[in-house]
Formats: sequence, C-alpha cells, structure tokens
Amino acid sequence: MDASAAMAAPDFATAGEAAPRIMIENLHFFYGTTEALKNITLALPDRQATGMIGPSGCGKSTLLRVLNRMYDLYPGQRATGRVMMDGENIISPDADVNTLRRRIGMVFQKPTPFPMSIYDNIAFGARLHERLSRAEMDERVEWSLSRAALWDEVKDRLRAPATGLSGGQQQRLCIARSIAIRPEIILLDEPTSALDPISTLKIEELIDELKTDFTIVIVTHNMQQAARCADQVAFFYLGELVEVGPAAQIFTAPRQRRTQEYITGRFG
Amino acid sequence: MRADGEMRASGEMRASGARMLRRQAVNALALGLASLATLAGLIALVWILATILINGAAALGPHLFTRATPPPGSEGGLLNALLGSVMMTALAVLLGAPIGILAGTHLAESGGRRWIAAAVRFVNDILLSAPSIVTGLFVYEIIVQPSGHFSGIAGAVAMAMVLLPVVVRTTDETLRLVPVSLREAALALGAPLWRMVLFVLYPAARAGMLTGLLLGIARISGETAPLLFTALNNQYLSFDLARPMANMPVVIFQFALSPYPAWQSLAWAGALLMTLFVLLLSLGARFMLRPRQG
Repeated sequence: MDASAAMAAPDFATAGEAAPRIMIENLHFFYGTTEALKNITLALPDRQATGMIGPSGCGKSTLLRVLNRMYDLYPGQRATGRVMMDGENIISPDADVNTLRRRIGMVFQKPTPFPMSIYDNIAFGARLHERLSRAEMDERVEWSLSRAALWDEVKDRLRAPATGLSGGQQQRLCIARSIAIRPEIILLDEPTSALDPISTLKIEELIDELKTDFTIVIVTHNMQQAARCADQVAFFYLGELVEVGPAAQIFTAPRQRRTQEYITGRFG
Repeated sequence: MRADGEMRASGEMRASGARMLRRQAVNALALGLASLATLAGLIALVWILATILINGAAALGPHLFTRATPPPGSEGGLLNALLGSVMMTALAVLLGAPIGILAGTHLAESGGRRWIAAAVRFVNDILLSAPSIVTGLFVYEIIVQPSGHFSGIAGAVAMAMVLLPVVVRTTDETLRLVPVSLREAALALGAPLWRMVLFVLYPAARAGMLTGLLLGIARISGETAPLLFTALNNQYLSFDLARPMANMPVVIFQFALSPYPAWQSLAWAGALLMTLFVLLLSLGARFMLRPRQG
C-alpha cells in the first residue's frame, strides 16, 4: 500500500488545475555516493505556489537547488532523470545554465544583499541579461521594489548601501532582485526562517501577490506558512516524495500515515 | 557544643583566608611578570622610535625633497632616493598586485581541483618566508647578469617577488571569508563566474584585500637585500628605470656606514621618513579594517 514517489506522474499533475510549468520525472540526486533524492516525480503548476515540507535533511532544499542547477558548482553532486520545462530537459548538460537561472530565480534562507547600493543590487541582475537605458533601469528598479513591497521604505535612499537595511527589508530586497530579471519561476528556500513575525507576514503576503505572475516554489519548516501560502503541498521524507496534493487536503486529510504523523508533530 | 562549632568555623575561615592570600600572591606575581615583559617590549620600541625621531628630526628640512644625494663632504638631500623608491615600489605593485590578486582568486575559487590549490598554497607560503636576499640573488641571475648592469626594473621585479606572496595570501584568505551564500546569490541571478567575482566578491572583500596590499607595500618599501643586487644605487637624480636607481633602503645602508657626518645625518632623516611612511600605511590598513556598524 506504500504509494511512494514511484507513483505515476498524471496523478500528481492533477494536484493543481493549472498546467504544469515544470515537470520533474524520475529525478535522483547524489551527493557523492549518498542518494539525497530518490525517484522524484512532481509537477509544478503554472502560476501557483508549491510548498515543500518535511524534516531537515529530507531533500526539499536539494530539490530546489536542482531546479536552478545550483549543484553545478560542486563537483561530486549530480542528478539523473528529467526536469522538463517547455519541452527541454533543464538538467541535461546541454542546457545553458545562465539562461536557465535567468528564468528561474532563487531567494535564500538568509538575506544576501550584495555589498553595493540598494539600486545597484536590483540593477545587477537586470544588467546581466538586458541592455536598459537609464530611464528604463530606473523604471525597472521602481517596479521590482514596488512588487516586493519595499519601494516606499527605500525610495529616498536608493544610493545607500543595501547592508544598512533591516533583515526583513534585506530579504524583500533579495526578492525584488530576483523579480527584476523577470523570471518565470521563483524558488524560495525557507525565506522567512531568519526573520521576525512582522517581516514574515509581509513576505507571505508578497508571495500571495506574486503568484499572479510567477510560479512559486517555497521550502518551509513552518506548516502554517505552507498552509497559508501554498496551493499545492509536497511532503518529503528521507529523500522520497511521500505525498503531494492540494494544501487543504494535505493538512486536513493526508493519505499517507507519515504525512499525518509529520503534520501533527509526531516526528520531524 | 556551640563554642566548638564556632572554633571550627573560624579555623576554616583562617584556612580559606590563607588560600585566598596565596592565590592573590600568585595572581600578582603572574600579572607582574606579564607586565614586565610588555614593558620590555615597549621600551625597546620606544627607544628605537625615540632614537630615530631625535636623530632624524635634527636632519629634517625641505632640502631633503629638493636635492639629490651629495658627494662626500658637501650638502644635499634624498630626492633621488625618494623618487627611486616611489617609482620602483609603484612598478612592483603594478607587477605584483595583479598577478597576486589573480592567483589568490584562483586559490579561493578553484573548488574543483583541491590538490592544485593546496600545492600552490604551500609553495606560496615558502615564497612568503623565503629570505629576501635569495630573491635578490635570483633576480640578479635572471635580469642583472644578462642585461649587464643594475637597473630600476630589476629592483622592481625583486620587490614584486617579495610582494606577490603577501598579496596572494591575503586575497585568498579574505575571499574565502566571503559567505558562500553571497556567491550562490549572484550565480542564481544567472551571473557568469567572472562577473560574480568582479562585482560581488571583490567589493565584499575589498577592505581585506587593500589592507593586505598596504601591508605588502610597507614590507617591500623597507627591503634592502633584494635591492643591493638589483637596483643598487645612483648618485644622481634619474627617471630611467633601465639604469641603476637610487632608493631609500640602500642609501640609508651606505650613508649610515659612511664616515661622513653629513651622510650619516641624511641616513637618520631617511630612516625617519621611512618609519613615518610605514606607520602611515599601517594606520591606513587599520582604518580600512575598522569595524563598521550597519
């Protein structure tokens, strides 16, 4: 009766109504010889938020780092299987990593402001991929900061160093920096775990707002957060995808015993 | 009963009082010895500085910066030596700093080939502790000997070789202090490696890298041994790096050993100028590394 990750893809694809933006098929991931992800098959619906939950070390952050090929940096880490996006397998060696990362943005656990001004933090990414005039860049910076609900707080000090912002502001700056390159997908790796409740609330509201334009994947240790932000929730355990379904179903009527035990706090 | 108890209590108190006294005595002794050692070091330093200051200040004057080193028995300044030192140091920085920064960057960022990085780091540490006179002899062999004469270029090359390992080491170390998350954040935006290094890592590590460079300059500006075999000296004001070139350390060395009082006082003045220069560089380095809030 163990419906493990090997379950057929169509079943997962129906989890959300929208068509999948990304289709992960039979993905395995290795740190050296340790298998951190075991045969994952999962659809990420377009312009919805997918929440990934599970105890530490279950592979959810690893999966996030597969999606934008962050593991490429480290020899000894490798992935097999397919991650399909617009008919292309993005983990194949032929796929261009920089183009991929332009389409799939990432926000990290701890805020990572670059040692430059608030304005330049936003412009850094945009300059990589587009040639914008001054006016266009000004517009892009305002647009990104507004979308990240930070514009009003920083519009008078765009030339000030970004490291002078508070933790919550820095994290919203990082989100603004990610959306400034107009990606299609935004990956958030425990984006609020280093923040206070007020900042967390702001970022959760922001995620809700961003869903209208972007496909969101959020890794979180906070079950309430997953319930609040995600349309679809995937529960990982020991490198396996145990269960995926609409957030309401996962938190009220999980089909798997391990999911039930985790969300009720019996382990993890 | 009660008296017995009181007696025991006061006995314990006496014993603990004696222990306390002993501890205080040991503490005072250790503290005294440590202070004495500090004082000895400070006295030596103050003595050196005072000697240089007293002897050097007497010889200070605008003529130091307007006239070249004099022949024996006449008046002069240190213009040619100052100029030579500045020119050779500048060229040494131009040669050594870029190579050092690139090599240090390679060490810090070449995650893949760990054993190469380890080997290069080891060799660099050897170069760092190599006696500078060996460096001087080496440059004598590869530049002075084939070209047939001493030159400012040879001096600058020798200085660059002393500077290089310092820059490699500080660049490597300060870059490795930059959090991995910052690198990943830049790459996650689709930045190629070189842009990440140039626009994110270098600004993040700037203070440490500049400090390393300043300390490196402080080190080479006082080096005498490598210059003896390479730039040697020049009695006259010269801008020609292809010819022998005057410089502060060698002038101080020669003038201090000379029997002429005018030369000796110029040597003191030179020593003072160099001490002030190095002091200024160290202060600059400290200023750059100062903790900043925010």
